[in-house]
Amino acid sequence: MNAYQLWISFYTMLRRDIVRMFRIWVQTFLPSVVTSVLYFTIFGTILGSQIGDRQGVSYMTFVVPGLVMLAIVTTSYANTSFMFFASKFFARSIDEILVSPTPPWLLIAGFAGGGVVRGVLVGTLVLIVSVFFTGLHLAIHNILVILAFATLTALVFSLAGLVNGIYAKSIDGINIVPTFVLTPLVYLGGIFYSIHTLPDWWQAITYANPLFYLVNGFRYGFLGMADVSLAISTGILFGMIVVLVAINWYFIKTGLGLRQ
Amino acid sequence: MTMAEVALEIKDLRKTYKSGTEALKGVSLTVPTGDFFALLGPNGAGKTTIIGIVTSLVNKTSGKVFVFGHDIDKNFEKAKTYIGLVGQELNFNPFEKPLDIVVNQGGYYGIPRSEALPRAQKLLEDLGLSEKMTQQAMQLSGGMKRRLMIARALIHEPRFLILDEPTAGVDVELRRSMWDYLRGITKKGVTILLTTHYLEEAEQLCKHVAIINKGEIVASGTMQEVLEKHHDEEAAQKSGYRSGKLEEVFLKLTSEK
Repeated sequence: MNAYQLWISFYTMLRRDIVRMFRIWVQTFLPSVVTSVLYFTIFGTILGSQIGDRQGVSYMTFVVPGLVMLAIVTTSYANTSFMFFASKFFARSIDEILVSPTPPWLLIAGFAGGGVVRGVLVGTLVLIVSVFFTGLHLAIHNILVILAFATLTALVFSLAGLVNGIYAKSIDGINIVPTFVLTPLVYLGGIFYSIHTLPDWWQAITYANPLFYLVNGFRYGFLGMADVSLAISTGILFGMIVVLVAINWYFIKTGLGLRQ
Repeated sequence: MTMAEVALEIKDLRKTYKSGTEALKGVSLTVPTGDFFALLGPNGAGKTTIIGIVTSLVNKTSGKVFVFGHDIDKNFEKAKTYIGLVGQELNFNPFEKPLDIVVNQGGYYGIPRSEALPRAQKLLEDLGLSEKMTQQAMQLSGGMKRRLMIARALIHEPRFLILDEPTAGVDVELRRSMWDYLRGITKKGVTILLTTHYLEEAEQLCKHVAIINKGEIVASGTMQEVLEKHHDEEAAQKSGYRSGKLEEVFLKLTSEK
């Protein structure tokens, strides 16, 4: 396939996923918005008013980047893990791509692209909702950092979801990781608090949580302050992308979990 | 035969599944270009495994496969551009529309939407699906779903069409119309590899045949050669059933007795 044909194949995969997600928008976009309204109401308005300021800003302003990141992480992961698993397990429609000359790396890009689009769109919707709770006083320190962290985080978790979707052998297989691994990592990654409020031993554990760096970098884009440097967060982000692309490529190239 | 005259060449193909089942025990066969080739065998003989390996849905254990001279170990992506597959199982998203399913398949082969759309409409019309092309695929009847899979396999105008039991569960009238359509395709130069359990139809349609049993080719050649070599008129009469010659040969070569 030449470059134009590769682009057409990528565009086809992406378009197909986007058409699907807009067709069932009640399932793909609405739940994260509803959940974020609940979070903003409970943690921001009700509890937040008793907590007071964090790092010089209101608790509501502090928590917004974390909640947007939570929506991006869970949505992009769920999109690729479910999309891939469903296409391999229920209808076996993944064969449509496997029999075609679309190379493995492009298949990864196609599926991950869908996850990125949904993750960023849902993140944007949650951000719009947050404006109503912050009384139009949303802090934005560096828009480029926000956009870069939102997109790259969506990419990381789309790729992670793809690994899960490829390898899962049953529907339980795509639910176990989000429930028992992803959710604890996200919640303990500093969405609701700064790690400086934690005891030393807990801080040390948090540094081993990759989600912490992503939330941290994203929050820097809004508030201009971070628990660790932006360079470290960016490095962790790119490191995760490289590792996850390699794992996906190996799975698809060898047919692990896909071919008999 | 030169490379250009061979659509598919398989040499000593072996496949052992993780369960330990030896599905293919050194299969070799050649499908000439432009042929309507029947690959026949009882259930579990290894037909679908061969097709799976040729189309990249199954990993082989050893052996070589060439599609129009392209080694699938070295240039699978090129080899795939020549192949259209109609699999045994329905494998499309039932929530999508037939037109989208066919157009998207073209996209995976690098065909832009503007080109794939009229091509898909023509294919679906030719296969009698013009009124159903914008409904959800789940609303199609069994026969229509089979025809949709044929349309999808033809969108990139493959030179080599693989049909794995394409008429399973399809009524007689529809089967005949499908065969007529496929015969028309072979006249345009498309090579067809067919697996089917309708042996009388295979006998009429196909120029060459290979019969596989328990992972081994037990007979192959032109239809006439295989029938002449293996048909036993006396045994056929003794059996008390009246069936086509190919069916008698098939039973003789694959029977447990």
